[in-house]
Amino acid sequence: MTTRYFGQPIKRNEDPRLLTGQALFTDDVHLPNMLHVAFLRSDYAHAHIRSINVSAAQAIPGVVAIYTADDLGDYWRPGPLLVPPPPVKDLIFNPRMQVPLAKNKVRHVGEPIVVIVAESRYIAEDAAQQIFVDFEPLPAVVDIEKALAPDAPVIHPDLAHNLNAHVIQRKGDYAAIRDQAAVLIKRRFLYDRGTAAAMENRGIVADWDAKNEQLTMWDTTQAPIPIRNGIAAMLGLSERQVRVVAPFIGGGFGPKIMMFYPEEVLLPWISMRLNRPVKWIEDRSENFYATTQERGQVHEAEIALTRDGRVLGIHDLFLHDAGAYAPYGLTVALNSQCTLLGQYDVPHYYSEFKAVFTNKPIVTPYRGAGRQHGVFVMERLLDIAAKELGIDRVEIRRRNLIPPEKFPYNNEIIYQDFAPLIYDSGNYAPALDKALALIDYTNFIQTEQPRLRAEGKLVGLGLVTYVEGTGIGPYEGAKVTIETSGRVSVATGIGTQGQGHYTVFAQVVAEQLGVNVENVRLVTGDTAEFYWGAGTFASRGAVVAGNAIHAAAVKVRQKILKRASEDLEAAEEDLELVDGTVRVKGSPSTAIKLGELAARLNPLRGAVKPGAEPGLEATDYFGPERGATASGVHAMIVEVDPETMQVEIKKYIAVHDCGVVINPMILEGQIQGGVAQGIGNAFYEQLIFDENGQLLNASFMDYLLPTADTVPRVEMDHVETRSPLNPLGIKGAGEAGAIPVGPLFAQAVEDALIGYNIEILEIPLSPNRLFELVLEPQQGS
Amino acid sequence: MKPAPFLYFAPNSLDEALLLLAQYGDEGKVLAGGQSLIPTMNFRLAQPAVLIDLNLIAELFYVRAQADGPLHIGAMTRQRTLERDPLIAAHAPLLQATMPHIAHPQIRNRGTIGGSLAHADPAAELPAVALALNAQLRLRSQHNERWVAARDFYRGLFTTALAADEMLVEIALPSLPPRTGWSIQEMARRHGDYAIVGVAATLTLDEQGRCTQATLALLSVGEGPVQAQQAIKLLQGELPTPALLAAAAATTAQIDIDPTADIHASVAFRRHLAQVLTRKALTEAFERAKR
Ligand SMILES: Cc1cc2nc3c(=O)[nH]c(=O)nc-3n(C[C@H](O)[C@H](O)[C@H](O)COP(=O)(O)OP(=O)(O)OC[C@H]3O[C@@H](n4cnc5c(N)ncnc54)[C@H](O)[C@@H]3O)c2cc1C
Repeated sequence: MTTRYFGQPIKRNEDPRLLTGQALFTDDVHLPNMLHVAFLRSDYAHAHIRSINVSAAQAIPGVVAIYTADDLGDYWRPGPLLVPPPPVKDLIFNPRMQVPLAKNKVRHVGEPIVVIVAESRYIAEDAAQQIFVDFEPLPAVVDIEKALAPDAPVIHPDLAHNLNAHVIQRKGDYAAIRDQAAVLIKRRFLYDRGTAAAMENRGIVADWDAKNEQLTMWDTTQAPIPIRNGIAAMLGLSERQVRVVAPFIGGGFGPKIMMFYPEEVLLPWISMRLNRPVKWIEDRSENFYATTQERGQVHEAEIALTRDGRVLGIHDLFLHDAGAYAPYGLTVALNSQCTLLGQYDVPHYYSEFKAVFTNKPIVTPYRGAGRQHGVFVMERLLDIAAKELGIDRVEIRRRNLIPPEKFPYNNEIIYQDFAPLIYDSGNYAPALDKALALIDYTNFIQTEQPRLRAEGKLVGLGLVTYVEGTGIGPYEGAKVTIETSGRVSVATGIGTQGQGHYTVFAQVVAEQLGVNVENVRLVTGDTAEFYWGAGTFASRGAVVAGNAIHAAAVKVRQKILKRASEDLEAAEEDLELVDGTVRVKGSPSTAIKLGELAARLNPLRGAVKPGAEPGLEATDYFGPERGATASGVHAMIVEVDPETMQVEIKKYIAVHDCGVVINPMILEGQIQGGVAQGIGNAFYEQLIFDENGQLLNASFMDYLLPTADTVPRVEMDHVETRSPLNPLGIKGAGEAGAIPVGPLFAQAVEDALIGYNIEILEIPLSPNRLFELVLEPQQGS
Repeated sequence: MKPAPFLYFAPNSLDEALLLLAQYGDEGKVLAGGQSLIPTMNFRLAQPAVLIDLNLIAELFYVRAQADGPLHIGAMTRQRTLERDPLIAAHAPLLQATMPHIAHPQIRNRGTIGGSLAHADPAAELPAVALALNAQLRLRSQHNERWVAARDFYRGLFTTALAADEMLVEIALPSLPPRTGWSIQEMARRHGDYAIVGVAATLTLDEQGRCTQATLALLSVGEGPVQAQQAIKLLQGELPTPALLAAAAATTAQIDIDPTADIHASVAFRRHLAQVLTRKALTEAFERAKR
């Protein structure tokens, strides 16, 4: 669908505000009489707390209050379980949630123990330095492969072991077909991920207005409505007494979803207790410990194939690092399990995982949210199989693609939204062909690569495919109003973190109402503006909120047509909505401005017809039956410097199918940004914990983010396969760019280093690691 | 990430600054560009009770050249100035070529030559380059002044010959003899990062093309900048053939340095890089010397 608004690369409505520094971020909220909060956090990954002495800190001028777990009384409660486990048979699930302040025991470095409230952040931090905690250090669980050992230290003593969950999902019968396979390939894969490192750290301002009995909270959350509901319940307030505002947010990527972080829970409580506004802005050091991360999995995976490269089945056992607590349930590990099969028609699948507790910060979804781990395993298995069978790597993929006639395609396992994993639609071969054309595959393999290799240049190519489950439920809603000025306002409940919602949602509305995109003003992330909803996560904003906005806009359109048909004495079918007016087709002067029509529907005197609703306004909701499955192919060409093991990306292409595209420019931005994070994951970023659970690189000096000069410009092309699951036919795109980069990097680097005969079975890589991999076989011989 | 409380002075003259330094000695720290000191204070790794800001002391900002004499650089000269000043380009091209390897323009706009030399970070470029260029450093206290050669200035991890009441005020670089080539080579994860290994070299040839003098200093392979003594001996008096340069690089990597492992590189990788980069540096210096 490409029209004047929908499908166009329209410039972003929000950019003037963002680029000129006019947008409100949480740290921009300055209230009179406001206090500042700092936390004393654990230096130990695992320890008993024997005692806490705050008296020296309390004596510092400017310190207003200091609270430990004991001071919280009944308010001290573990956080909610955000995502319960799916209905999978024989599933074991031991939820353990984070607490507002550690009591008796700390379970990861950075866990908050004491909260200090002072006249300034400086004073609060000075006070934190004067608080003395007597710890009894305990051995830490760091290595996930040792977490379940009988002698492993136990993190949650009421459990007697460190098992967070055990899940088995099956499709077909792997054991039965294993014997028929011509080839079995088994490998051990390590896939580690890092921290989202959003440009803006987290932050909260809480303001209790005692006279109005009203709590306002500015929060860097991706899900303001669930936060409002939860905080109201915890504080014993009505939901109407709590307003949560998620203003502009400098990047969410998952860790800002709706964690009920200790800080989120404590700030409103402190504001009510002290009757003053309070602010806490997370600093970058805290962000490395106190904001959730993703991390490692270890897979033991086997692929069974026929001689001609048809995949008969996959058998995968994996361990997943949950961190010290697991408030987000099984989402990340389930995503790994449910994304592994990718675009391939695999009849038999056995997947079993154990999620384990470790003495490390909490793991929750971060852009891709476990999908990377699964895609890595599958794509690497195919690469190894291709080599072993002597089949071209593209060909082995092509032979196994789910053919278009098999959609909707049932994977016969349960997805993170508790619905069966059924791919709604897909058309994979054309995307693969486009990718081959963009990367100039045949020419590179047959001509360029041999020529460059002859010159001594180690160049390699990678090409991988992936799917992304997107746009899951439950639902979102929206209210669309035409004001008497003719401007349109739209309110929805999700939060926004830079994705371009102000523009794409305006495009959806403009399409129905025939108004300019700049005349549509969106409010998101303010619970005072819209009451219902879930939040921005799982690549669902455009799909779920977009369709809710569409539905509301369609209703407003119907109201316009109904009234205008009366006023213009023309049939509804003969009317059109153009340039902010409703007019008779072929007779443009017979028209009414939409603002005028809105005014007529809101008379100040006289009578209206019985049952009439005022104004041109409508509210509607959308909840998909299940998620929509997007897909894509990425390819790249790299050159490796054999002396320094530096990898330079020469060319990067992506072909993407996220159904109907609302704004191709914004989509490309999403993919480009995702690829940047993927490159970071593949080659730069790694959280390095020592055997005591200390994070060794908790600053941007040693935690390396990809920079502008390490990320190439991605060349893109699109395939549009409508989703049948929503009226707009769209699928999510938020996480896609980040998902396939690890296996792509591994394949391309392996190809470049072909003479060294290495197998890359792990991510992230680094020059140092490549050096070791290259040396290993040499040392062995 | 807020620093602990401190007293702040911003003197207008060197004498005033030295007086303050004499007064506050160990508790005081001078503030140059702040690009290393301020982060350490924000992490509360350093908690000086007194900061003496040198940024208003005009007499510490200069680059002066004398005919055939050494180049004089005031300690507060910004790294960005070193990058752009034509006197530096003409008299100390190695120093100029080093600058783009140091962090990013924003940081070089503030960071100073004196700050980097005094900070003595083993991963910093300028200390190694100071060794390679046989720099002389002028140290002053309220009542004394002394010159120390760069090679005697570095005493170990983040430690120098500076006494608590002393300040580095000037750097003097002797002019390069004729037929001298130079090179700086390094490997950093991303552009502007501290290098995993770096090498600065100069090579001087006589009319017959023999090496009369060589300097070779490495960074990120020890507790401070490291001179490759044995490799330099190998080169002295010899024709710098590719084989000799390779042998010098191997000697550097295997004998002259004693690197440690960290999260970015193992000992073996550091030695490997030292060898690769030393060979490159010597080869490039040799090419330049021949011109
Ligand atoms: C992101 C980032 C990346 C960086 N990358 C690099 C890099 O790749 N390579 C590199 O070499 N550096 C790098 N740096 C450091 C930078 O070059 C600093 O400028 C330098 O290390 C210190 O110089 P300064 O003038 O800022 O000193 P300051 O930070 O002000 O001072 C550093 C120390 O030296 C002392 N000091 C300063 N001046 C004097 C003096 N005249 N006499 C006695 N003591 C003195 C101070 O008391 C302090 O202890 C980086 C810095 C940042 C923030």
